Amino acid sequence: MELQAVLMAAGGGSRMTDLTYNTPKAMLPVGNKPLMWYPLNLLERMGFEEVIVITTKEVQKMMSTDPKMKLDVKMKLDVVCIQEDGDMGTADALRHIQQKIKTDILVVSCDLITDVALHEVVDLFRAHNATLAMLMSKAHEFTETVPGQKGKKKTAEQRDFVGVDQSGKRLLFMANEADLEDGLSIRKSIMRKHPRMHIKTGLVDAHLYCLKKAVVDFLADNKSISSIRGELVPYLVRKQFSKTTNCPKIKDDAEDQNQKKNDGSTNHGHSSCLSFSLDRSCWNDHRGDMSEAYHGGKLRCYVHIMDEGPCYRVNTLAAYIEANRLAPKLFEEVPVHPSAVISERCQMGSDSYIGAMCQIADKTSIKRSTIGNSTTVKEKVKVANSIIMHGVTIEEGCNIQGSVICSNAVIGRGADLKYCLVGNGQQIEPEGKDHWHEHTP
Amino acid sequence: MADAGEPEGPERKDDIVKAKQEGKELTKEEKQRLRKEKKQQKKSKEKKDDKPSRDSEKEKKPASAASPAPQTPTQPPAQKAPSAAPAPVPVPASETPSAADKPAKSKAELKAERRARQEAERASKGKKGDVGPQAAPGKPKAPPSELQPVVKRLPEHVQVDNPEVLKKLAKKLERQQTPEYNAATKVKIPLRSDYGYKVSLFSHLHQYSRKAPLTQQLGIPSTVIHPAIVRLGLQYSQGIVAGSNARSVALLHAFKQVIRDYTTPPNEELSRDLVNRLKPYISFLNQCRPLSASMGNAIKYIKKEISNIPSQCKEEEAKRKLLNCIDCYINEKIVLAAKAIAKYSIEKISDGDVILVYGCSSLVNHILCEAFEKNRKFRVIVVDSRPRLEGREALRRLVQKGINCTYVLISAVSYILPEVSKVFLGAHALLANGYVMSRVGTSQIALVAKAFNVPVLVCCETYKFCERVQTDSFVSNELDDPDDLIVTRTGTTQLEHWQEVPSLGLLNLVYDVTPPDFVDLVITDLGMIPCTSVPVVLRVKNVDQ
Repeated sequence: MELQAVLMAAGGGSRMTDLTYNTPKAMLPVGNKPLMWYPLNLLERMGFEEVIVITTKEVQKMMSTDPKMKLDVKMKLDVVCIQEDGDMGTADALRHIQQKIKTDILVVSCDLITDVALHEVVDLFRAHNATLAMLMSKAHEFTETVPGQKGKKKTAEQRDFVGVDQSGKRLLFMANEADLEDGLSIRKSIMRKHPRMHIKTGLVDAHLYCLKKAVVDFLADNKSISSIRGELVPYLVRKQFSKTTNCPKIKDDAEDQNQKKNDGSTNHGHSSCLSFSLDRSCWNDHRGDMSEAYHGGKLRCYVHIMDEGPCYRVNTLAAYIEANRLAPKLFEEVPVHPSAVISERCQMGSDSYIGAMCQIADKTSIKRSTIGNSTTVKEKVKVANSIIMHGVTIEEGCNIQGSVICSNAVIGRGADLKYCLVGNGQQIEPEGKDHWHEHTP
Repeated sequence: MADAGEPEGPERKDDIVKAKQEGKELTKEEKQRLRKEKKQQKKSKEKKDDKPSRDSEKEKKPASAASPAPQTPTQPPAQKAPSAAPAPVPVPASETPSAADKPAKSKAELKAERRARQEAERASKGKKGDVGPQAAPGKPKAPPSELQPVVKRLPEHVQVDNPEVLKKLAKKLERQQTPEYNAATKVKIPLRSDYGYKVSLFSHLHQYSRKAPLTQQLGIPSTVIHPAIVRLGLQYSQGIVAGSNARSVALLHAFKQVIRDYTTPPNEELSRDLVNRLKPYISFLNQCRPLSASMGNAIKYIKKEISNIPSQCKEEEAKRKLLNCIDCYINEKIVLAAKAIAKYSIEKISDGDVILVYGCSSLVNHILCEAFEKNRKFRVIVVDSRPRLEGREALRRLVQKGINCTYVLISAVSYILPEVSKVFLGAHALLANGYVMSRVGTSQIALVAKAFNVPVLVCCETYKFCERVQTDSFVSNELDDPDDLIVTRTGTTQLEHWQEVPSLGLLNLVYDVTPPDFVDLVITDLGMIPCTSVPVVLRVKNVDQ
């Protein structure tokens, strides 16, 4: 087997607590499908047959009852539950499942919605025998107004500085603005080996990583690393250029372990034969200096940067709204679920999506919105640019614009909501006029 | 036998009678025809619609032996002379109406018929469904009264302006690739599609783009093809593993991995099943990058070793034996051979020599490094050429050792040759007629060296000797990605939109052949031989094995 897929679905959604305090992030509906359906669908389309899903008990329960998950996902899901207290980082989770991991792994986050050709990332991993290969994308501007936020409040984004070499594939440098005190310092050894470096800041990390098995074993030994993105990746990127003396403990560990075993396992066998062939090969990844291919380094990190094509991480409210707008188009959703009951005098825009078992009454107008399953919309309701989750009841005469209504909420008669965020199970009183940019948790 | 309402039955009997009259030569043909008839009876359902047309034609030409040769003109898809690889001849000659009507045939024509029929059978085994649609539109073009073979149609490689012909050629090329569905192992290898406009002289070769790897069409993780082979294929297509020796070594290591991970399925024998398992891998690698002669020889060796495993051998022991064989092969044919060749070559290098090398040959680099270590005083001129610019890598390795080097491009070769005392060339393969197949540009260097009376020595291990014969670089070559020729200088990329210019084609050849007249000596691990002794070595090798 070549790669094992691991889906991290235990995240708490700390940057959009309004939505996630009741529903776990992995099961938030995006285009009437739970959020974790998207990465699972990506893996399934690529040909994976089994996925290890690391999640919480609550999500597991919801997964087993959700129709979409049961029907559409044909792969075998091996669900591993961990505690919900939030102390476990992604790297800790990997350490937890170390016994299950037999080959190199592909770690995906549950909030990734993309249609990237995964082979681009995996080919880098295979061809260069890399330790880490990851996916990044050019950040898209979010154009939709975010409900619940008055005015354009730009949160101070912590920028990521990513340094790549001339080909744009090799990852040389990665740091977050938060970790740099006063300036960006780059070691001379890196500059000597790669004199031309491109430093990019407008990139979104898709949290999709191909990691060698040796890295997982290394994690088992180094219990201090708890997050893949926050600690492991920068560590690996730095270690590419460290001196050979304290060189990749990872590689050496792997080779030692494998020498203990009798069969020449892939890692050890392959790295030695690769160097044997590379010695005879007339190829070099760089030119201009006297060193051999890869500068003789054993640890290599690669990144594939997507120029075009959707790639979203749904971890903020703005991203959630954007994803709701675009994800159904990606996957060619049927706009109206066959079991929804829609009366003839309802005006439905072409880019609206109605979930299963909805009831839409007369004289309603639904434009550019997503309506979840089992939602009831009574007469004379105008819904525009909104996201309505499951089980919501909207009484007559409401006017909802640019809002997000969470599950099981009830919007009373004649309410007028603009850019509001209505929490789970809330009730908006009838004739509530001029709710604007409000936020009812 | 020839009954069941086949209208050709009576005619067949006529022919058999005639055959007996005309001599022994026809009996083989008749036997073939009878065999074919049996096959046809099984397929008779498919051919029912063809029967009526056939009948009418058969009426007109009673005694014809349904010669495939004269049928050539009636079938547009190239029925070239058998030199081309199995052309998709529509099934059996007898199915489509024959155009000729010759009472007496000469031996040559009969031979041609037999050959074409054999090809037809071969083709019919591979493509059963293909034939139906092809046969139907095939109408008889020759008038019934014609006695001579029909007008010879222009073979396709000349009709390059005709887009339909090009399309058919492309389809034929695709079908020539090892069959998509390998029935033995139930494995489906996707086809890699050609890229860009191919220069007409080389339209029989494949031209792929590096940006469209074959892995696009495979699933991740690859279960159909062993991951080590997928990795290898990627490394080939991206040029990370390049050079004849490097590719062979990498191939053998990948096969070692495959053998290690192999388990014999129940009710199968390792010797047969493993060979079948390797077939789709080899076709996959072939599509990533066409196999080199050295790789071909290595694969032949492995297959022979696997087939020679006795059936009572236990799996573990068999695997161990195979791994050992592969290690021995690498050690003997590559590592030790390099040592032997270095020993012979050092005798030929004297102090004060100026040696010219071309491109990056692992063997030549090894020789020069060894000679330097043995304290020979010489300097090296490295000649390089676009687009690969492999000479830079050779230059790096030699300078790292401390050898005095000069670097020129191939356009300067005639200026620098007066200084040169010897030319050392590496080879990709040595052909059976003494021609040397090597990186494109090598024949140029050899030619110019000959003009300046500079001795040319080719260094080549015996495992690269190949039974193929070719005298020009067109018949069999490799086309690399044409986009490699595009270069950006001072911000402008002139050839960026070369595909939009209809009269422009980019050609990136990889190999060329050097005639033996230009090569003075071939240094192999068996000794120093003249170029024309290659067939002797091959014969000796075959006897040994």
